[in-house]
Amino acid sequence: MSNAAANLVALNTLVRREIVRILRIWTQTLIPPAITMTLYFVIFGKLIGSRIGVMHGGFSYMQYLAPGLVMMSIITNSYGNISSSFFGAKFSRAVEEMLVSPMPDWVILTGYVAGAVARGVVVGMLVLGIALFFTSLHIAHPLITLAAVLLGSVIFSLAGFVNAVYAKKFDDIALVPTFILTPLTYLGGVFYSIEMLGEPWQTISRINPILYMVNAFRYGVLGVSDVHVGWAFVVMLVFVVALSAFGLQLLKRGVGLRS
Amino acid sequence: MSSVPALVVDNLRKTYGNGVQALKGVSLTVQPGDFFALLGPNGAGKSTLIGILSSLVNASGGDAQVFGVSVNRQRNEAMRLIGLVPQEINFNQFEKPFDICVNEAGFYGIPRRIAAERAEKYLKELRLWDKAQHQARMLSGGMKRRLMIARAMMNEPRLLILDEPTAGVDIEIRRSMWQFVSGINAAGTTVILTTHYLEEAEQLCRNIAIIDHGTIVENTSMKQLLAKLDVETFVLDVAQVPDGLPQLPGVALRRLDERTLEAEMARTHDLNSLFAALTAHGVTVTSMRNKTNRLEELFVRLVEQGRHGQEQAA
Repeated sequence: MSNAAANLVALNTLVRREIVRILRIWTQTLIPPAITMTLYFVIFGKLIGSRIGVMHGGFSYMQYLAPGLVMMSIITNSYGNISSSFFGAKFSRAVEEMLVSPMPDWVILTGYVAGAVARGVVVGMLVLGIALFFTSLHIAHPLITLAAVLLGSVIFSLAGFVNAVYAKKFDDIALVPTFILTPLTYLGGVFYSIEMLGEPWQTISRINPILYMVNAFRYGVLGVSDVHVGWAFVVMLVFVVALSAFGLQLLKRGVGLRS
Repeated sequence: MSSVPALVVDNLRKTYGNGVQALKGVSLTVQPGDFFALLGPNGAGKSTLIGILSSLVNASGGDAQVFGVSVNRQRNEAMRLIGLVPQEINFNQFEKPFDICVNEAGFYGIPRRIAAERAEKYLKELRLWDKAQHQARMLSGGMKRRLMIARAMMNEPRLLILDEPTAGVDIEIRRSMWQFVSGINAAGTTVILTTHYLEEAEQLCRNIAIIDHGTIVENTSMKQLLAKLDVETFVLDVAQVPDGLPQLPGVALRRLDERTLEAEMARTHDLNSLFAALTAHGVTVTSMRNKTNRLEELFVRLVEQGRHGQEQAA
């Protein structure tokens, strides 16, 4: 068997194992985000949103909020999946199964990222389905929507992987989501348009990478965005390349994995 | 059979970040088809050496070649040739044994259909087939150890490394494990074994290396090593130990308690004279056994000699 075919089998095995894991613990991986997002739709979208009025582009607050919440679900679940799965493998030493195998580093990274993207996308679809109970949505640019979902999910999968590599205890994989990811997400235009902010907050918001992911997705769904959609994709691609290179370098050096 | 050595370790060195020198230039060769014992006290460097061979530990210097393939320069190719049974349990305990084996094969690029056939074969051979669809955490300690052997066989390695595979395993399961490993060795797989049960190493292995403080203190065949043992110690159970013990040239006789004597004597010394002297003293010997197994005695001496030498050098 050629190396390429063997690597494909290894990648398929890893992705399959990750998806089986997600489905095996579906009460932890799929249901909680659906319940949380339903509460967001009811409280922020229905109860508070009805008093906010018309948003950017003439959409109701519920319509404006829906893409933000879908993207938020995708990125947080992608991140959470890979950080808990890879750190769990490190903690139980099951990661050694992969480290002693002939699998190249890129297969390990791609396999874990693909598993995390799968969970992000499934949760995103669940949340989108829930959103449709509260409002109507017509996807304006399907390809941009799909690209934004995949790139956003890949970026946070890679970030979660880096977190898991450096983590030494379970607390360490909760620190980044609590103190960095959640604040950036909440301040990244999920719940509001940055046009509603005065200066300097509008400019400061543009430093937040999550703003670009949320707005690229919102542009794909609604056709409106706080940032230029081209720039949004440039920012996302830069993050994908930088984090992929960093993740591969960590695997090559065996940081936190090999003595 | 290939004439390329199964393993060549060449001046392998490892210094950990905390400054501990775990390996200080280890070199050894294992021939294809060998059943090779790698022994040493705790902290001697065995696991570090195995870690480097299986690429879990980065070497500080030197290289190792598995069937001529460099672990440093051709890691992926070298790993295809190795199967590792580690000291610690290292599989996801929430997965099923069947899935653990099939996934491991997948990581080696083995298609799922073949992987499933191999998983069934090895789980059956290691008497785990009836547990194949249970969560691994439900298995007993011995079953988990056997599962790791089954998993290591999924790529049908040419070199199988077993790092203390029988630690904490009961005697019956240990025997069945050795039966299995002896079988695959007889079929051509080279086996490297580390164990603290020295009677296992003595029975199973043809060649041996003893490592201590990161250096090889002995590397020879089991026969040659055992031939070096010139003294044996016997424990004698007696009806009653007399007040005065007989004096026998070449035999150091000691009283352990009221019903037990210990006799240390040269291997060339005959036992008849010992029994004759004891009988003349009115001592009835009811049973007799070796104090320790031969390899254990040698092992302790070699390690003590090595430490004594190091202390003197210091």
